[in-house]
Amino acid sequence: MENFFSRYKNPLALMAVLFIQVVALATQVKRPESARAGNTGSGTRLIRVWTVTAFTPVEKVFVSTGRFFREGWHNYADLRGIRQQNRALQDEVARLQMEQVRLKQDADQARRLQVLLDFKENFITKTVPAQVIATSGTEQSRLITIDKGSHDGIKPDMAVITPDGIVGKVKDVFRLSSQVLLINDHDSGAGVILEHSRLQGIVKGTPLGELQIDGIMSDEKVEAGERVITSGGDRIYPKGYAVGTVIGATPDRDNDPFLVIKIKPAADLNRLEEVLVITEMADNSRSAASGPAPMRAADILSQRLPSVPKVDPNAPKTPGGATANVPAATASPTPTKGNKLVSPGTEQKPGGGAGSAKPLAAGTGTAPTSSSASKAITEVKKQPGSGGATAAPASASPKPTPKKTKAPTVAPDATTPEQPATAPTATPAANQEKPPQ
Amino acid sequence: MNSSVSLTSREEIEVHRFSWPVSIGIPVLAIFLQVFLRIRFLAILDLPLLVTIFFAVARRRPIPGMITGALIGTLQDAWTGHPIGLFGIAKTIVGYLGSSLGVKVDVDNPGSRFLMTFAFVLIHRFIYMAISLQLVGGSEAWIWSHTLLSALVNGLAAVVLFAALDKFKLRN
Repeated sequence: MENFFSRYKNPLALMAVLFIQVVALATQVKRPESARAGNTGSGTRLIRVWTVTAFTPVEKVFVSTGRFFREGWHNYADLRGIRQQNRALQDEVARLQMEQVRLKQDADQARRLQVLLDFKENFITKTVPAQVIATSGTEQSRLITIDKGSHDGIKPDMAVITPDGIVGKVKDVFRLSSQVLLINDHDSGAGVILEHSRLQGIVKGTPLGELQIDGIMSDEKVEAGERVITSGGDRIYPKGYAVGTVIGATPDRDNDPFLVIKIKPAADLNRLEEVLVITEMADNSRSAASGPAPMRAADILSQRLPSVPKVDPNAPKTPGGATANVPAATASPTPTKGNKLVSPGTEQKPGGGAGSAKPLAAGTGTAPTSSSASKAITEVKKQPGSGGATAAPASASPKPTPKKTKAPTVAPDATTPEQPATAPTATPAANQEKPPQ
Repeated sequence: MNSSVSLTSREEIEVHRFSWPVSIGIPVLAIFLQVFLRIRFLAILDLPLLVTIFFAVARRRPIPGMITGALIGTLQDAWTGHPIGLFGIAKTIVGYLGSSLGVKVDVDNPGSRFLMTFAFVLIHRFIYMAISLQLVGGSEAWIWSHTLLSALVNGLAAVVLFAALDKFKLRN
């Protein structure tokens, strides 16, 4: 036995080392189902943390020294012709100011339209500039290391960009540095849209470090030179940022009816020096809605239609019985986000109260008993041919409710902070009677 | 009995030794240069692999050779986005094979160094791919033209690099 071990000492040692490494490797590999469920395993390996932490200070020193000399030289070179450049820049600033005014108007309009469509778009509010201090050093992994880490507020999955276009996303975060997975890595992916044709797809890296979009049908027309921008659908990259330009489209040999679209990245991924990490994005629709200018489509509609007369809470019930629980506001509530049922006429405005629309009844959030509402409905009954255009409640539906049903007492979140108790949200007029034919 | 199958003379199978600073400093420097110099061309050049082959062949002892390979590979893995161990396993095997080969074949002339490195780059790439596809579930593609170009470039670089590193050998 002893002879066996001494004779096969080297192969046995090799087997032992390989066994240890395979076991260590196996502990890092996630099962497909846990990967799909977003289980990130046990996080970053200690060996990775130690190695990156040990190398980072040295790299920072080298990068800083190189930068110092390079910038010193550039500063000297830049001084030449600076006066002429300054004059040109002032002209440019004047032109851009005029351009900005026009763009602001366009942006305001776009925001209003976005609100009308209830479209949510994220825009960048905070970025952290970072310096690239290392790469993976291999072609099997397109990864860079930046000199900002958790200490600077960097977190995994944050988008990394340059002014030219997107770069990648943060993968592993250490205290003083982070690793960024470039978009041309074959494990990477980003939701994109072709600017003119509006075709959507996912851009991925190839083993050779190229960018390509697949999954687009071959009957679509894709022209070389078309810009590719982020779609924002991946929830990592903000919408509208440059990804690259199309350099060619060929049929996909593996997936026959589809195209493979080659992309030239907008950012020079091989010569990255400084990048921006997007650390904060804001919800555009929320900010737009909080501003004074934008209005919901329903608000505009309710202003253009005749409003409901003010209700009298002490008025007696109408004989038709369609009163007690009849919400005064609407026959056809307009559903809005958050499962609220909000009448256009009672939409809450920032600043409290019921805004420009008249509240139909003051109350505590329960369905008000309203004789005026009854009157209004009675008027509808009296004028069946009018379609409610003149006497019906503001947002009454042209289609009357076909049969009598029990009215819901109150909208589910009628007393949420958004909805002050003094200005209750109107509930659907579910038990409005069918007008006589 | 080994001498009967060896293609080397007794002088050629001399086991070289290196000082501790060289044994540690050269691999660390190789990894540092690999990740620090952001030159696209260098990505095709695998400096840690070349250093692994050099030390394995020069020492001519399988266990130190594979341990050197394992350590260099594991450190290199730390800079990639992949699970740690891919380069580690590949370089362990290359280190073992390199030191075993160094006992049997003359690996000190430029021609054999080129061929040996050429072959080891292919083996290294093959092992890496096999582990990546079979154990880790990776989706890498074997591109012959690129792999052969990489082997060629690394083989040529090895001739120059090994000649430079020969100066650090401690001869008895």
